[in-house]
Amino acid sequence: MSETTADTPSFHVAGLVPTGPKLVTGRFDVEDGHTYDGFVRTGGYAALRKALTSMSAQQVHDEVRTSEMQGRGGAGFPAGVKWGFLPPDVYPRYIVVNGDESEPGTYKDRMLMELDPHQLIEGVLLACYAVGAAQAFLYVRGEMPLAQERIATALNDAYAHNLVGANILGTDFSTDIQLSWGAGAYIVGEETALIESLEGERGMPRLKPPFFPAAKGLYMQPTIVNNVESLANLPWIINESGQAFHDLASPTSTGMRMFAVSGHVNNPGVFEVPNGTTTFRMLVEAPEYCGGVRDGRRVKAFVPGGASAIWFFEEHLDLPLDKATVDQAGSMLGSGAIVIMDDTTDMVAACWRIVRFFARESCGKCTPCREGTTWLERILKRIIDGHGRPDDLGTLLAVCESISPGLAWPPRQTTICPLGPSAVSPIASAIVRFRDEFDHYIEHGRPIDGVHRHAIHGTGAHV
Amino acid sequence: MSDSTKNEQVADEQTTAAEPVAEATEGTDENVATEVAEDAAAVIPAAEGSASDEAGVEADQPGAAETDSEAETTVTTSTLTVHIDGGEHEVEPGKLVIEACLDNDAYVPHFCWHPRMSSVGMCRQCLVEVEGPRGPMLVVSCMTPVSDGQIVSTKTDTVKRSQEGVLELLLANHPLDCPVCDKGGECPLQDQAFSHGPGESRYVEEKRHYEKPIPISDLVLLDRERCILCDRCTRFADEVAGDKLIQFTSRGNDTQVMTFPDEPFASYFSGNTVQICPVGALTATPYRFKARPWDLEQRESTCTTCSVGCRTVIQSSRDELLRYQGVDSDPVNWGWLCDRGRFNFESVNSEHRIAEPMVRTDAGLIETSWNAALKGAATLIRDTLADGGPERIAILGGARGTNEDAFAWAQLADAIGTPFRDAQLGDGLPATVLGLDRATIDEAANASTIVLLGPDLKEELPVLYLRLRDAAEKRRSRIVEFSAVETGLTRYAWKSVRHQPGTQTAAVGDALADEEIGAQLAGGDVVVVVGRANLAESTHATMSALGALRAAVPGAKVLPALRRGNVVGALSLGMAPAAADHDGLAALNAAADGGIDLIVLVGADPLNDCPDADLARRALAGARRIISIDTITTESTKLADVVLAAAAYGEKAGTTTNIEGRVTRLAQKVTPTGTVRPDWMIAIELGQMLGDNLFGPGHPLGRVAGVDDITDAIAGQVVGYAGVTREALDAERDGVLAGVVATELEAPASSIAGRNSYDYRLMVSRKLYDRAVGTAMSRSLANLAPGPAAHLHPLDLDSLGVADGDDVKIVGAKATAVLAAVADASIQRGVVWAPFNQGGGRIEDVIDASAPVTDVRIEVIQ
Amino acid sequence: MRDAHARAVGVRIDGGCGFMSRLSDHNVIVARDIIGRYPRPKSALIPILHLAQEQDGYLATDAMAHIADLLGVTPAEVYGTATFYEMFKFEPVGRYCINVCTNISCQLLGAWELLEHAEETLGVRSGSTTADGMFTIEDVECIAACTEAPALQVNYRYRYKVSDDDFDRLVDDLREGRLIEEIPPHGTLARVRQRTPDNWAGTGKAAQEAVDAR
Ligand SMILES: Cc1cc2nc3c(=O)[nH]c(=O)nc-3n(C[C@H](O)[C@H](O)[C@H](O)COP(=O)(O)O)c2cc1C
Ligand code: SF4
Ligand code: FES
Repeated sequence: MSETTADTPSFHVAGLVPTGPKLVTGRFDVEDGHTYDGFVRTGGYAALRKALTSMSAQQVHDEVRTSEMQGRGGAGFPAGVKWGFLPPDVYPRYIVVNGDESEPGTYKDRMLMELDPHQLIEGVLLACYAVGAAQAFLYVRGEMPLAQERIATALNDAYAHNLVGANILGTDFSTDIQLSWGAGAYIVGEETALIESLEGERGMPRLKPPFFPAAKGLYMQPTIVNNVESLANLPWIINESGQAFHDLASPTSTGMRMFAVSGHVNNPGVFEVPNGTTTFRMLVEAPEYCGGVRDGRRVKAFVPGGASAIWFFEEHLDLPLDKATVDQAGSMLGSGAIVIMDDTTDMVAACWRIVRFFARESCGKCTPCREGTTWLERILKRIIDGHGRPDDLGTLLAVCESISPGLAWPPRQTTICPLGPSAVSPIASAIVRFRDEFDHYIEHGRPIDGVHRHAIHGTGAHV
Repeated sequence: MSDSTKNEQVADEQTTAAEPVAEATEGTDENVATEVAEDAAAVIPAAEGSASDEAGVEADQPGAAETDSEAETTVTTSTLTVHIDGGEHEVEPGKLVIEACLDNDAYVPHFCWHPRMSSVGMCRQCLVEVEGPRGPMLVVSCMTPVSDGQIVSTKTDTVKRSQEGVLELLLANHPLDCPVCDKGGECPLQDQAFSHGPGESRYVEEKRHYEKPIPISDLVLLDRERCILCDRCTRFADEVAGDKLIQFTSRGNDTQVMTFPDEPFASYFSGNTVQICPVGALTATPYRFKARPWDLEQRESTCTTCSVGCRTVIQSSRDELLRYQGVDSDPVNWGWLCDRGRFNFESVNSEHRIAEPMVRTDAGLIETSWNAALKGAATLIRDTLADGGPERIAILGGARGTNEDAFAWAQLADAIGTPFRDAQLGDGLPATVLGLDRATIDEAANASTIVLLGPDLKEELPVLYLRLRDAAEKRRSRIVEFSAVETGLTRYAWKSVRHQPGTQTAAVGDALADEEIGAQLAGGDVVVVVGRANLAESTHATMSALGALRAAVPGAKVLPALRRGNVVGALSLGMAPAAADHDGLAALNAAADGGIDLIVLVGADPLNDCPDADLARRALAGARRIISIDTITTESTKLADVVLAAAAYGEKAGTTTNIEGRVTRLAQKVTPTGTVRPDWMIAIELGQMLGDNLFGPGHPLGRVAGVDDITDAIAGQVVGYAGVTREALDAERDGVLAGVVATELEAPASSIAGRNSYDYRLMVSRKLYDRAVGTAMSRSLANLAPGPAAHLHPLDLDSLGVADGDDVKIVGAKATAVLAAVADASIQRGVVWAPFNQGGGRIEDVIDASAPVTDVRIEVIQ
Repeated sequence: MRDAHARAVGVRIDGGCGFMSRLSDHNVIVARDIIGRYPRPKSALIPILHLAQEQDGYLATDAMAHIADLLGVTPAEVYGTATFYEMFKFEPVGRYCINVCTNISCQLLGAWELLEHAEETLGVRSGSTTADGMFTIEDVECIAACTEAPALQVNYRYRYKVSDDDFDRLVDDLREGRLIEEIPPHGTLARVRQRTPDNWAGTGKAAQEAVDAR
């Protein structure tokens, strides 16, 4: 793909880093962008007005279809196509907004909710109009009170200005938006678990089939679940057209997209970049983005799309942020979360930490995930605590197999939902590439030389 | 069949899985299964088991793979062809792959799936491979509907490896206490570990620890270390019983089954959870550590605690009854039992059992030989006949025994010539209700409209409550309830009409005039469930309301909600009074007035059974002689001159008839206590003592060598029982329906006078747990009776100036009872409700059987 | 048996020992308002549990029973849902819950070292509460501030790129009451509530009721 090395990235030649308009982050610098006045002053609610006064629901849907915008929540399924799965003539229908952002490394939806709540509300209204939803539920992660507060304020203002509720803008279109919030459970980000939670239940996923939300979702009625960023793009699409969105970036990953780059980089941050054409390397190294790896070190591994993703390594840096390409390369862009690990990273500890996340967040509904993820976590913890056993790696892989037979990508699963197999990703990634680090831990009870040892409880490094 | 699999049959739904499962889908599962089928048609078969939604596999979205339309055919064809492990099988559409496999000898291990509950696909043990467009896919067979041409493999390496993997994970945290576990030996997890397990466990980490068993109710203990979180008990509590008192709590690896901290799992159906638990996590206090499964012997039988007729197996070890388990009878109980029926076997083993016959001497009742006792009894009968004739003898009871018992006693009554006989003691309805066009339980539970005109079924016929609740919950039926108090089914009723005690006819009239209710009753089939709602009210109001309903809805069928175990059998087989003026109440009245000299109590205890306790007392005092045939010393047996020791449930064989008229077999499982004999034998021996030609040759009881001969005699003699032959009973596991002998219902006019100075109307009805011997003599159940109380509306309490819990005097025309007042917002104003037969303040003394309704005054105790 | 349960589930049973435990009259009004905006009452459960936690700082047993009453469900259902979610506490916690993120992005940039320092400063291990009832400290999963690592939340209010000194200053400020405006006591999340306005359409509820009645 690229001959360049880290020392001489070709894009450092001015102009080679692709740029584009800010579709959803445009108001982040506007001090009062989150208020009703600030929003309207900067062109807000124009798309809603346009849609309600000059477009049919079908036309709105068609624009979104034309845009080929892929969902930003993780699965990357085109929103326009998903809306098309709603069975005709079955009402009421609901829109559910997934603002539960909890995938490790992911930081974008919170910004969109805190800094531009009206944009999200406008997007939700457009979606409701397009699919004929009777009510929308905006489910914000429980641990985000500022986002909840800003959305509550925005909703109260929007209702006061007749932008939500009965006969919006004097038309015969009526719909309500209800702000809801969670209470601390990652799995509730999974759409069917989110629906359960909205019904006041334990957030445990439903089986698909038969419970695809579009067919049998909230209260067993047709339901569309969309991510916050997905919906926040709708005002731009309606204002500028679906084709304009489609033409912004690569044909296989359209539009602009937000990526959060964290970990060992000089300037971690959240960037809205042209989808599909920007490369990982550009994000990491270009001065307008992260400005390189900390202390000029090398990338040892990186997470390309949230903790559930299979890890990438140095050789993947030049891949473009394009769904098809990344899928092909054996991982995923997921939720747009990139975590860079430099060559001082203790890969076993990194692997353990991600597995611990899934073990703690397993809902417990199905056996392989409930028992398997915990088991994996225990073994890994024992290893970093210095009590590894020679057959641990074999057991780790065997348990992984029981959760995700064949350790294939995309994963096969014995579980109900993809959370269980997500715990397998870091292990499958790390054991293959850094087996020596595991062996060293098991043999010596400590990491290899030259990596940073974290002060993790229970390990020798914590006092 | 090995021992362990034999036992598993009982412990689990295996009892159904064998064959009744074929019909099972008609009930609960059908809805679920078709839903699944429809969805599969709409969505993709490809996603499950392979698609990650994170990975963006597009097939994970509905419609994406509509190309594969094979599922669509499921809806149209009458049977489908499914290939299982190479064999071809015809399967009904709507079934699940797991059902198709189990029905066709391809065993699929499973834990969470249960044929009578919705599929949840949680344990993941039932993975099989189904051929898909992209080759074989692992699917959970309990959530996958069958489709035509489907190719299922249950034994490939992939399937085996996955099943082993899941099993290893299930066992990872499971304690190694099988040797001390009640379930050991009949444990699906243990069995599976043997047959499908990986052998050695690689789990070296510390196992989950919880406090070992904690009581979650008076009857059930929970060991969370053993629990595999299959959701069976919690699903049962929610879907089947409607008592959502146990729930999953916490999350992930900390998930556990728990009650709310303040609220135990006080469900009338809690024992079912113990039965369906696939491990030893839930155990029942009455059975705990009593036996090992391999020591248990069992026989199929029917529960006669009430007249629903749930099928059971009764199990014993060393000749002691130890456990009853529900058997899935499709038309009746679907495998469920209520706790009273399940645990009252303890009363059979009670130390209060009457083991030997007794006669009264100057020293009181003393044990004697059968010969002497029977002679004594025969003498009493003969003397009474000689002194005053057969009109001075009453034979009461028979509803607690078998068909054969009742028939033999009815024959004896015929031979003696007494007109006074009744299997009810003023606590039921006129036997004529049995002559109306009878509905089966299935018909009721599938009717468009179920009209309830009777008692709280949850308290009196608990498993009928489950069936009707299911009908309403699954939207098959709408319930229209007429009741003076809130009942267990009120929550599920489409309309619940509250009326003052005694005014049901007017309430029915108003309802019939209501447009919506009228339209509902006019469209579709209607079943009226009729019984005795209020023991402080005569039967007139109910019978006249029934008459009004039948006149307005001529096609309505009737399901009699009479309670005592074999009351329908007894009444049908000759223990019904010829006319109302010779029924149980009439007999007691006559005895109280000196018109009857001898009362024969066949398993009847008027002092506790008759609503009007004062009448019962006067009757037993008025009759000079009492013969009691009973199993346990009751207050009535204590007054008897001769006590004939009767065999109890489990100690004798025979048949019984449930409310539908369904006749099933009862099994003898243990050796009878002492020298007790079955009632039928006592009747025949008494008959023989009374005179050679009483049961002479040619008489149906002329040549009885065993109980089977009486079963034959019934089939030969009793209209309606002609089809109930032993051959038919052997062939039909679910029993044989006896025919209905039509009678005309003369609906009495019902009128009640004003209340005068008695400003409260009394309502007395039964709770599941009371002081009836079967309950009171069962150690585990004895303490569950709520105890005496007077429930009043809080505003009535306020106006009386009485606080919740204060004692009040309930003053009737005949007597006064002192009861603790309970503020209960579900009670109508102007009504006082009290539970029946709870001891203590004796509301039964206040009930006046001769009044249309008992009115009372409430006085504050200063 | 009540005690056995309580012990087993680690819940304190409040025999009316001074805690406000049922919802206050005002909160009942708020709760009814929330219920009214959902097509089905039980959907309001989690928001109302938050309300109860805002009132008492944790979920008292009596509050859960009261909520069950308001929603027409059993207390066990309320309890089953509540215990699934990590933010709900079943016994009193510190006035300030300090949640240090130790997930991957923060781990890479010193979260464990920060946590270790925090434990030293407060004198308690993560997962526990200081003796004065001021602070509870926990190590938590990703809080969506990965680019600002190491990050923490105090009663869910963010602090970014926290150094050891930052932490000590934070604790001082909290102790001295300098952050009372910004950081309310544990249990309070958003301080603005969505209102039910006059132009609430009610379409979702009406439509769902029509379906339910079928
Ligand atoms: C374990 C798990 C966690 C998830 N968490 C989130 C999340 O926090 N936010 C989100 O938008 N989607 C999340 N998803 C994806 C959702 O299920 C769903 O695909 C998404 O909300 C659809 O929105 P989109 O089509 O607009 O992307 C998660 C999925 C899984 C399996
Ligand atoms: S895979 Fe994990 S999170 Fe998903 S349903 Fe199973 S237990 Fe729950
Ligand atoms: S029996 Fe199918 S998943 Fe449990």
